[in-house]
Amino acid sequence: MPLPIQGCAAGYKARESHERYRCFAPGYRVVVFYVPVMRTGASKAKIIFGGSIALLFVIAAVVSFFWTPHDVTRLDIANKLKAPGADFWFGTDHFGRDIFSMIMIGARTSIAVAIVAVGIGLLVGVPLGLAAAAFRHSAMDELIMRSNDLVFAFPALLIAIMITAVFGPGAINAIIAIGIFNIPVFARLMRGAALSLWTRDFIMAARVAGKRSLRISIEHILPNTLNLIIVQGTIQFSLGILAEAGLSYVGLGAQPPVPSWGRMLAESQTMISFAPHLALFPGFAILLTVLGLNIFGDGLRDYFDPRLRREGR
Amino acid sequence: MLVTLVVASVIIFVVIEVVPGDPASYMLGLNAAPETVAALRAELGLTESKFSRYLDWTGGMLRGDFGTSYTYRTPVSTMIADRVLISLPLALYALILSTLIAFPAGIVAATRRGSAADVGIMGATQLGVAIPNFWFAMLLVLFFAIQLRWFSAGGFPGWDQGILPGIKSLTLPAVALALPQASILARVMRSSLLDTLGEDFIRSARAKGLTARQTLWRHALRNALIPVLTIIGLQFSFLLAGAIIIENVFFLPGLGRLIFQAITQRDLIVVESVVMLLVFAVVVVTFLVDVGYAIADPRLRSGLQSA
Repeated sequence: MPLPIQGCAAGYKARESHERYRCFAPGYRVVVFYVPVMRTGASKAKIIFGGSIALLFVIAAVVSFFWTPHDVTRLDIANKLKAPGADFWFGTDHFGRDIFSMIMIGARTSIAVAIVAVGIGLLVGVPLGLAAAAFRHSAMDELIMRSNDLVFAFPALLIAIMITAVFGPGAINAIIAIGIFNIPVFARLMRGAALSLWTRDFIMAARVAGKRSLRISIEHILPNTLNLIIVQGTIQFSLGILAEAGLSYVGLGAQPPVPSWGRMLAESQTMISFAPHLALFPGFAILLTVLGLNIFGDGLRDYFDPRLRREGR
Repeated sequence: MLVTLVVASVIIFVVIEVVPGDPASYMLGLNAAPETVAALRAELGLTESKFSRYLDWTGGMLRGDFGTSYTYRTPVSTMIADRVLISLPLALYALILSTLIAFPAGIVAATRRGSAADVGIMGATQLGVAIPNFWFAMLLVLFFAIQLRWFSAGGFPGWDQGILPGIKSLTLPAVALALPQASILARVMRSSLLDTLGEDFIRSARAKGLTARQTLWRHALRNALIPVLTIIGLQFSFLLAGAIIIENVFFLPGLGRLIFQAITQRDLIVVESVVMLLVFAVVVVTFLVDVGYAIADPRLRSGLQSA
């Protein structure tokens, strides 16, 4: 019998869909359709294709520490608003700064913010989810899951706005805001996955062997959920890049002079009618990074679990 | 739901109240005499204890009185009411657009799985999910406002100018907001419909002689709607929050611009109230979605009562 999860009446099936649990009446078959054969060839191709796009930006970010085609800290008014060409590949902005170099440096900001934000979500959310599953239906479980619901009521942008209202805008605060938003995502994922593992025989064997809940969680549950964590981590990573861009765009993210893709777009807005290249390239950078990560994540998911149908996020 | 709202209001209040700057000294500027600042603090009610101010704030909100803006000295409720009339229609408009795009796209992709149409639609949704919506909004402005001159690049004429000009100026923002949501929704629609089409009762319906089209409309769609409904409910909160950014692209005087102005002017009571209002909207919509389930699926009714 499936374990009743998070308030579902006994016999009801809980289903995680879009990071929420829903209860379904008995007999309601939740997953009935499997894509019969998800060729691992296709998922490998996705992993390689998406991964290389994402890797390209990681490399650009790393290289930007040593080298960029032009110096972006120097103003070069003589070359301002140059169209893309041989010397300035993506053109220059109103201060004569090279857009290509700025995008390379902007990749650092995006990737750093997204990585740390996912890290916060993982470090806090995963233990919370494990604990909630280990002590299911206890007061602690209830408290953890209810606080998760609460955080879910605040969209990431609202968290960022509140933090900004208190501490002022900045990259660190953007990281905290996106990170807080990630916590319930991982906590719910972990709790759901861990709960189904707790019913399995090998866990029962571990209990019979005298292991305590904490040890079982770390030694047996956690390793068996790594696939899920990696896939969800990729998804949250790409969402983090989008969120960082959005926050910087409205001025709540990285502050000048640190280049960031979102702020480049914000600055380009007043010049879009006569210098559209300023708006095009940073936007494509965001689009490509997120697209690459999403394809990579899709590929990983299919690779880890070929039965899993490709559910649209 | 009530507990969530109360706890959320406490969190918002506590977070905003620990702000270092004092609104009274900020309003009066650096050269203000300490007595004047003290007088203004008393007038704004800042001298009372935190607890009684919290009760004042929440009690006032229940009566529809959100307090008085520190900066503009006008009731916050009227400021918010003006802005809601832009943000809410924008979010609803986007929700309608996203549903109108996603349903046909998802249905076509599911019923013709593996076809060129399916591959095309899935590819397009992959793009739609990855595009930052404010960038898409800028591209819309570049193309439809600057190149073609079909729409204005921003601003809002006000509803007193008539409904049509108002809707027209909300069209580009709504399209920009709707695109990523439509992509997500189309994917959910497709996968949910694929699930349903694999069910036994679909085979029974076909076996008793219904055509594929009749089966789809009479049986499959209704059953596929439940996950779709969840996502639509969730999206509303994303749309409200997303509207905050999109309003900035189009210079729409909605809640988003109000909250950013309030932050820069240290008008904390406005920040508090707008954030609380948005959280309220999210919680209420989530609740409505739960009720919507019971309507869509009678099997869930008893479960809802016991929960």
